[in-house]
Amino acid sequence: MASAPQLNIDHVAHLARLALSPEEKARYAQQLGDVLHHIEQLGKVDVTGVEPTAHAFPLVNVWAEDTPRPGLTAEAALRNAPAQRDHMVVVPKVVE
Amino acid sequence: MADPISLKSIAELGALLEAKAISAVELAQAVIARTQAVEGRVHAFNSRDESGALAAAAASDARRAAGQARGPLDGIPVGLKDVIAAAGQPLTASSRMLANFVSPYDATVTARLKEAGAVLWGRLNCDEFAMGSSTENSAFGPTANPWDLARVPGGSSGGSAAALAAGEACATLGSDTGGSIRQPAALCGVVGLKPTYGLVSRYGLIAFASSLDQIGPFARTVEDAATVLGAIAGHDPLDSTSFHAEVPDYRAELKRRTGPWRLGIPKEYFGEGLDPAVGAAVEQAIAYYRAQGCEIKPVSLPHTPYCLDTYYIIATAEASSNLARFDGVRYGHRSKFATDAVDLYFKSRAEGFGAEVKRRIILGTYVLSSGYYDAYYLRAQKVRTLIRQDFLNAYREVDALLTPTSPVPAFKLGEKSDPLALYLCDIYTIGVNLAGLPAVSVPCGFTPGGLPIGLQLIGQPFQEANLLAIAQAYERGHDWVLRRPALD
Repeated sequence: MASAPQLNIDHVAHLARLALSPEEKARYAQQLGDVLHHIEQLGKVDVTGVEPTAHAFPLVNVWAEDTPRPGLTAEAALRNAPAQRDHMVVVPKVVE
Repeated sequence: MADPISLKSIAELGALLEAKAISAVELAQAVIARTQAVEGRVHAFNSRDESGALAAAAASDARRAAGQARGPLDGIPVGLKDVIAAAGQPLTASSRMLANFVSPYDATVTARLKEAGAVLWGRLNCDEFAMGSSTENSAFGPTANPWDLARVPGGSSGGSAAALAAGEACATLGSDTGGSIRQPAALCGVVGLKPTYGLVSRYGLIAFASSLDQIGPFARTVEDAATVLGAIAGHDPLDSTSFHAEVPDYRAELKRRTGPWRLGIPKEYFGEGLDPAVGAAVEQAIAYYRAQGCEIKPVSLPHTPYCLDTYYIIATAEASSNLARFDGVRYGHRSKFATDAVDLYFKSRAEGFGAEVKRRIILGTYVLSSGYYDAYYLRAQKVRTLIRQDFLNAYREVDALLTPTSPVPAFKLGEKSDPLALYLCDIYTIGVNLAGLPAVSVPCGFTPGGLPIGLQLIGQPFQEANLLAIAQAYERGHDWVLRRPALD
């Protein structure tokens, strides 16, 4: 099946912040083209006047009291950081 | 041959512990020994903490000796799918992205199991970030089906199902976004329950698709599933989608609720693609319920043909958003080859995620992207409303719906390489997640080749007590749950 003409794999991969190899781009474009072709049949459903469902059981305004409670220590919160110094996460330079 | 002790039900083990016929330490040692004997062939676990399990078992024995045992789970070894946090334990989601991650805190379900005295045992393999139907998408290698080691255990919670079937744990937890508890339960011949959305807290569960994800138990029997559900269910202020639902004593309710029930048979669930042996086993289950005095009614869920597409739009959209947090900055894999901060995102994600996760992120990003949101995501949310309405309409006439869990029994490792073919494994389970309903898979027979078959019962919202009673009514009349795979 042909890849869906509207799926610009470079654009979508950029939006998703995913570096893809040329082989991955070709493979995903073809596979996702098949999936999108399948999904086209949703266009046949009459959804006139139908409200969208975000959650199966509608939830609105779930409030919690704004009260302090114990949290993680800095050491525990940074336990999984790839690089750290002085209780901060180290990242590549972002400004010149 | 008598079962190894680790293949007994929680109810049986509880009686043995209560009578001091065994200790919790002896039980933990038996589970560890069984795991050492079979794990090389099954590969259900990503990691195991033997000393931690033995220490928890010793604490359980001390409580029991002091007359302070905490109930039916005290001293029972329970495994967790590797997407559920347990403080101080690895949490990988079967992904290179989290290969070295250690949980800083307990998930609410983990904390509740500890409070109930359960002995937490092992981190169970799954499809990467719970995306898949075969556990072949794990970055740490596939899990084998204990009934036929050349076949998949189902997925995404394949390790949870296989470990239980192989006697490497006495109960396990999984997560179910589109069938990831029920389908592996069916393929491995155990009971698997996906609770109503909101009944069990998702706090500490690695998010895949937040409006669909739900944690639930795998167990040898319906009664055992009720025991574990009772321990983990209930409102949690740490999960804003958690409901203030009543949590009854599910085990006690099983004894009280005796039927007969009105069961609906949705005709859309018995169509093309259904394996003849699976279809025949489910037909026999229907005949059994009828013979027990249940009213069997044909019903229609007319939007069923649109479930798969609706699911793959909503689930991938939510996944692309949830997985945006894995950027190589604060935790998770960080590329060593990044040239600047933005390049760090691109390369860390490229190196950290596997093929199926990338596919779903791309699809999810696409359906949410400018110009396509209305055509895909918003339309899918509207069709979701119609799918949910189908179920609620059916429940005006029946107490529960009865269907196959999976259209096919366990398939061979590597057999389904086309993503779309794998997605079709979920056609009988995804509607339940879109509608937020509870559903359970119970063993209902074997194929001529000896592979387990699962029966799915779909209940009304928050009516788990009724659903489990209906499932147990079937289980009582059959001995499928007593059969064991030939691993010895």
